[in-house]
Amino acid sequence: MRGIQQNIDKFASAGIQPIAISVDPPETSRELAERHGFTFPILSDPTLETISKYDLVHENAVEEGVSVARPAEFLIDSSGTIRWLNLTENYWLRANPADMLEKARALP
Amino acid sequence: MKDDGFNWQILVGFLLSLLAFSYPLLFSGWSLGSDIRWASVALFVFAAVFVIVGLRRAFASGRGKLSKVIAAVLTLFSAFTLGLFIFLAFIMATWLPKSVGAPQVGQKAADFSLADTSNKQVSLAETLSKQKGVLLVFYRGYW
Repeated sequence: MRGIQQNIDKFASAGIQPIAISVDPPETSRELAERHGFTFPILSDPTLETISKYDLVHENAVEEGVSVARPAEFLIDSSGTIRWLNLTENYWLRANPADMLEKARALP
Repeated sequence: MKDDGFNWQILVGFLLSLLAFSYPLLFSGWSLGSDIRWASVALFVFAAVFVIVGLRRAFASGRGKLSKVIAAVLTLFSAFTLGLFIFLAFIMATWLPKSVGAPQVGQKAADFSLADTSNKQVSLAETLSKQKGVLLVFYRGYW
Protein backbone atom coordinates (compact mmCIF):
# COMPACT_ATOMS: atom_id res chain seq x y z
CA MET A 1 0.00 0.00 0.00
CA ARG A 2 2.95 2.30 0.57
CA GLY A 3 4.06 1.58 -2.99
CA ILE A 4 0.60 2.51 -4.27
CA GLN A 5 0.64 5.76 -2.30
CA GLN A 6 4.08 6.63 -3.69
CA ASN A 7 2.64 6.27 -7.20
CA ILE A 8 -0.78 7.76 -6.45
CA ASP A 9 -0.44 10.53 -9.06
CA LYS A 10 0.50 8.03 -11.74
CA PHE A 11 -2.50 5.85 -10.90
CA ALA A 12 -4.69 8.96 -11.02
CA SER A 13 -3.42 9.96 -14.46
CA ALA A 14 -4.10 6.39 -15.64
CA GLY A 15 -7.68 6.91 -14.40
CA ILE A 16 -7.31 4.23 -11.72
CA GLN A 17 -8.70 4.65 -8.22
CA PRO A 18 -6.99 2.46 -5.60
CA ILE A 19 -9.33 1.14 -2.89
CA ALA A 20 -8.15 -0.89 0.11
CA ILE A 21 -10.27 -3.24 2.22
CA SER A 22 -9.59 -4.92 5.57
CA VAL A 23 -11.51 -6.11 8.63
CA ASP A 24 -10.26 -3.13 10.65
CA PRO A 25 -12.88 -0.65 11.94
CA PRO A 26 -12.78 2.86 10.36
CA GLU A 27 -10.93 4.34 13.36
CA THR A 28 -8.08 1.85 12.99
CA SER A 29 -7.91 2.43 9.24
CA ARG A 30 -7.83 6.19 9.89
CA GLU A 31 -4.81 5.70 12.18
CA LEU A 32 -3.11 3.66 9.48
CA ALA A 33 -3.92 6.26 6.82
CA GLU A 34 -2.61 9.10 8.99
CA ARG A 35 0.54 7.24 9.92
CA HIS A 36 1.47 6.48 6.32
CA GLY A 37 -0.22 9.41 4.57
CA PHE A 38 -2.60 7.22 2.55
CA THR A 39 -4.99 9.38 0.51
CA PHE A 40 -7.01 6.64 -1.22
CA PRO A 41 -10.17 5.14 0.35
CA ILE A 42 -9.59 2.50 3.01
CA LEU A 43 -12.78 0.56 3.65
CA SER A 44 -13.90 -1.50 6.63
CA ASP A 45 -15.39 -4.96 6.28
CA PRO A 46 -15.59 -6.16 9.90
CA THR A 47 -18.34 -8.68 9.09
CA LEU A 48 -16.20 -10.21 6.29
CA GLU A 49 -19.16 -9.83 3.92
CA THR A 50 -17.19 -8.51 0.96
CA ILE A 51 -14.05 -10.46 1.83
CA SER A 52 -16.17 -13.65 1.74
CA LYS A 53 -17.65 -12.71 -1.65
CA TYR A 54 -14.11 -12.64 -3.01
CA ASP A 55 -13.26 -15.88 -1.14
CA LEU A 56 -10.34 -14.21 0.66
CA VAL A 57 -11.21 -15.04 4.28
CA HIS A 58 -8.20 -16.26 6.23
CA GLU A 59 -9.79 -17.91 9.25
CA ASN A 60 -8.10 -17.78 12.65
CA ALA A 61 -5.22 -15.93 11.01
CA VAL A 62 -4.13 -13.86 13.97
CA GLU A 63 -5.41 -16.02 16.77
CA GLU A 64 -8.23 -18.49 17.32
CA GLY A 65 -11.49 -16.86 16.23
CA VAL A 66 -9.92 -13.80 14.55
CA SER A 67 -10.27 -13.88 10.78
CA VAL A 68 -8.79 -11.37 8.34
CA ALA A 69 -8.53 -10.90 4.59
CA ARG A 70 -5.65 -12.68 2.92
CA PRO A 71 -3.68 -10.18 0.82
CA ALA A 72 -4.86 -9.84 -2.78
CA GLU A 73 -4.96 -7.24 -5.54
CA PHE A 74 -7.52 -6.93 -8.34
CA LEU A 75 -7.51 -4.54 -11.28
CA ILE A 76 -11.11 -3.91 -12.34
CA ASP A 77 -12.13 -2.04 -15.49
CA SER A 78 -15.05 0.39 -15.78
CA SER A 79 -17.43 -2.42 -16.83
CA GLY A 80 -16.67 -4.16 -13.52
CA THR A 81 -14.63 -6.91 -15.17
CA ILE A 82 -11.45 -8.16 -13.52
CA ARG A 83 -8.50 -7.55 -15.85
CA TRP A 84 -5.63 -8.67 -13.61
CA LEU A 85 -5.24 -10.12 -10.14
CA ASN A 86 -2.56 -11.22 -7.72
CA LEU A 87 -3.07 -13.75 -4.94
CA THR A 88 0.26 -13.85 -3.15
CA GLU A 89 1.49 -17.11 -1.68
CA ASN A 90 3.35 -15.34 1.12
CA TYR A 91 1.74 -12.47 2.99
CA TRP A 92 5.05 -10.68 3.39
CA LEU A 93 5.06 -10.24 -0.37
CA ARG A 94 2.85 -7.90 -2.35
CA ALA A 95 2.45 -7.07 -6.01
CA ASN A 96 5.07 -4.68 -7.32
CA PRO A 97 3.59 -1.14 -7.78
CA ALA A 98 5.42 -0.72 -11.10
CA ASP A 99 3.77 -3.90 -12.45
CA MET A 100 0.34 -2.80 -11.23
CA LEU A 101 0.84 0.60 -12.83
CA GLU A 102 1.78 -1.03 -16.13
CA LYS A 103 -1.38 -3.18 -16.04
CA ALA A 104 -3.43 -0.14 -15.05
CA ARG A 105 -2.14 1.90 -18.01
CA ALA A 106 -2.97 -0.97 -20.36
CA LEU A 107 -6.69 -0.82 -19.48
CA PRO A 108 -8.83 0.15 -22.48
CA MET B 1 48.43 -15.89 25.53
CA LYS B 2 46.04 -13.99 27.80
CA ASP B 3 43.18 -12.08 26.12
CA ASP B 4 41.10 -10.19 28.64
CA GLY B 5 39.95 -7.48 26.23
CA PHE B 6 36.29 -6.75 25.63
CA ASN B 7 34.80 -9.27 23.20
CA TRP B 8 32.99 -6.67 21.09
CA GLN B 9 32.59 -9.03 18.12
CA ILE B 10 30.06 -11.24 19.88
CA LEU B 11 28.10 -8.22 21.08
CA VAL B 12 28.01 -6.67 17.60
CA GLY B 13 26.90 -10.01 16.17
CA PHE B 14 24.09 -10.26 18.68
CA LEU B 15 22.93 -6.66 18.13
CA LEU B 16 23.02 -7.16 14.35
CA SER B 17 20.80 -10.24 14.79
CA LEU B 18 18.29 -8.17 16.73
CA LEU B 19 18.39 -5.46 14.06
CA ALA B 20 17.94 -8.05 11.30
CA PHE B 21 14.93 -9.48 13.08
CA SER B 22 13.25 -6.14 13.82
CA TYR B 23 14.19 -4.49 10.52
CA PRO B 24 10.88 -5.28 8.78
CA LEU B 25 8.95 -3.94 11.74
CA LEU B 26 11.08 -0.79 12.09
CA PHE B 27 11.17 0.14 8.44
CA SER B 28 8.04 -1.22 6.91
CA GLY B 29 5.38 -2.54 9.26
CA TRP B 30 4.76 -6.25 9.17
CA SER B 31 1.64 -6.15 7.03
CA LEU B 32 2.72 -3.54 4.50
CA GLY B 33 6.00 -4.56 3.04
CA SER B 34 7.25 -5.39 -0.38
CA ASP B 35 10.05 -7.94 -0.40
CA ILE B 36 12.23 -6.64 2.42
CA ARG B 37 13.00 -10.13 3.70
CA TRP B 38 16.30 -10.19 1.83
CA ALA B 39 17.56 -7.10 3.67
CA SER B 40 17.04 -9.03 6.90
CA VAL B 41 18.72 -12.12 5.50
CA ALA B 42 21.74 -9.99 4.48
CA LEU B 43 21.90 -8.50 7.98
CA PHE B 44 21.74 -11.98 9.49
CA VAL B 45 24.72 -13.01 7.34
CA PHE B 46 26.74 -10.06 8.70
CA ALA B 47 25.58 -10.95 12.19
CA ALA B 48 26.71 -14.55 11.75
CA VAL B 49 30.20 -13.44 10.71
CA PHE B 50 30.59 -11.37 13.90
CA VAL B 51 29.08 -14.10 16.08
CA ILE B 52 31.47 -16.74 14.68
CA VAL B 53 34.51 -14.48 15.12
CA GLY B 54 33.38 -13.58 18.65
CA LEU B 55 32.69 -17.19 19.54
CA ARG B 56 36.12 -18.32 18.34
CA ARG B 57 37.69 -15.54 20.35
CA ALA B 58 35.75 -16.45 23.50
CA PHE B 59 36.73 -20.11 23.28
CA ALA B 60 40.38 -19.47 22.45
CA SER B 61 42.83 -20.25 25.22
CA GLY B 62 43.46 -17.43 27.65
CA ARG B 63 39.81 -16.33 27.97
CA GLY B 64 37.92 -16.48 31.24
CA LYS B 65 34.99 -18.79 31.90
CA LEU B 66 32.51 -15.90 32.13
CA SER B 67 33.50 -14.76 28.64
CA LYS B 68 32.73 -18.24 27.30
CA VAL B 69 29.33 -18.36 29.01
CA ILE B 70 28.31 -14.91 27.77
CA ALA B 71 29.45 -15.75 24.22
CA ALA B 72 27.49 -19.02 24.26
CA VAL B 73 24.31 -17.33 25.51
CA LEU B 74 24.52 -14.49 22.97
CA THR B 75 25.14 -17.03 20.20
CA LEU B 76 22.06 -18.99 21.24
CA PHE B 77 19.92 -15.82 21.28
CA SER B 78 21.23 -14.85 17.84
CA ALA B 79 20.48 -18.30 16.44
CA PHE B 80 17.01 -18.13 17.97
CA THR B 81 16.21 -14.77 16.30
CA LEU B 82 17.38 -16.19 12.96
CA GLY B 83 15.25 -19.31 13.40
CA LEU B 84 12.20 -17.31 14.40
CA PHE B 85 12.67 -14.95 11.46
CA ILE B 86 12.90 -17.81 8.96
CA PHE B 87 9.79 -19.35 10.47
CA LEU B 88 7.75 -16.11 10.37
CA ALA B 89 8.85 -14.80 6.97
CA PHE B 90 9.28 -17.97 4.93
CA ILE B 91 7.05 -20.60 6.56
CA MET B 92 4.20 -19.13 8.60
CA ALA B 93 3.64 -16.38 6.01
CA THR B 94 2.70 -19.03 3.44
CA TRP B 95 -0.12 -20.43 5.59
CA LEU B 96 -2.87 -18.85 3.51
CA PRO B 97 -6.28 -20.10 2.39
CA LYS B 98 -6.43 -21.48 -1.14
CA SER B 99 -9.11 -18.97 -2.22
CA VAL B 100 -10.22 -21.25 -5.06
CA GLY B 101 -13.49 -19.31 -5.22
CA ALA B 102 -11.81 -15.94 -5.78
CA PRO B 103 -13.01 -14.21 -8.97
CA GLN B 104 -10.81 -14.81 -12.00
CA VAL B 105 -9.63 -12.58 -14.83
CA GLY B 106 -12.55 -11.96 -17.19
CA GLN B 107 -15.17 -12.40 -14.46
CA LYS B 108 -17.25 -9.61 -12.95
CA ALA B 109 -16.07 -8.24 -9.63
CA ALA B 110 -18.77 -8.46 -6.94
CA ASP B 111 -20.10 -5.05 -5.98
CA PHE B 112 -19.81 -3.80 -2.40
CA SER B 113 -20.60 -0.73 -0.32
CA LEU B 114 -18.45 -0.28 2.77
CA ALA B 115 -17.58 2.50 5.22
CA ASP B 116 -14.40 4.51 4.67
CA THR B 117 -12.28 6.08 7.42
CA SER B 118 -14.83 8.87 7.92
CA ASN B 119 -17.74 6.40 7.96
CA LYS B 120 -18.94 7.38 4.49
CA GLN B 121 -20.15 4.54 2.28
CA VAL B 122 -18.02 3.87 -0.77
CA SER B 123 -19.31 1.48 -3.43
CA LEU B 124 -17.43 -0.21 -6.24
CA ALA B 125 -20.14 0.46 -8.83
CA GLU B 126 -20.28 4.16 -8.03
CA THR B 127 -16.49 4.53 -8.08
CA LEU B 128 -16.31 2.71 -11.42
CA SER B 129 -18.92 5.05 -12.90
CA LYS B 130 -16.46 7.91 -12.41
CA GLN B 131 -13.15 6.19 -13.16
CA LYS B 132 -11.49 4.12 -15.85
CA GLY B 133 -10.83 1.43 -13.32
CA VAL B 134 -10.25 0.45 -9.71
CA LEU B 135 -7.24 -1.20 -8.11
CA LEU B 136 -8.79 -3.20 -5.28
CA VAL B 137 -6.36 -4.15 -2.52
CA PHE B 138 -7.26 -6.54 0.29
CA TYR B 139 -4.90 -6.50 3.27
CA ARG B 140 -4.63 -8.25 6.59
CA GLY B 141 -5.11 -5.21 8.78
CA TYR B 142 -3.23 -2.89 11.06
CA TRP B 143 -2.26 -4.96 14.04
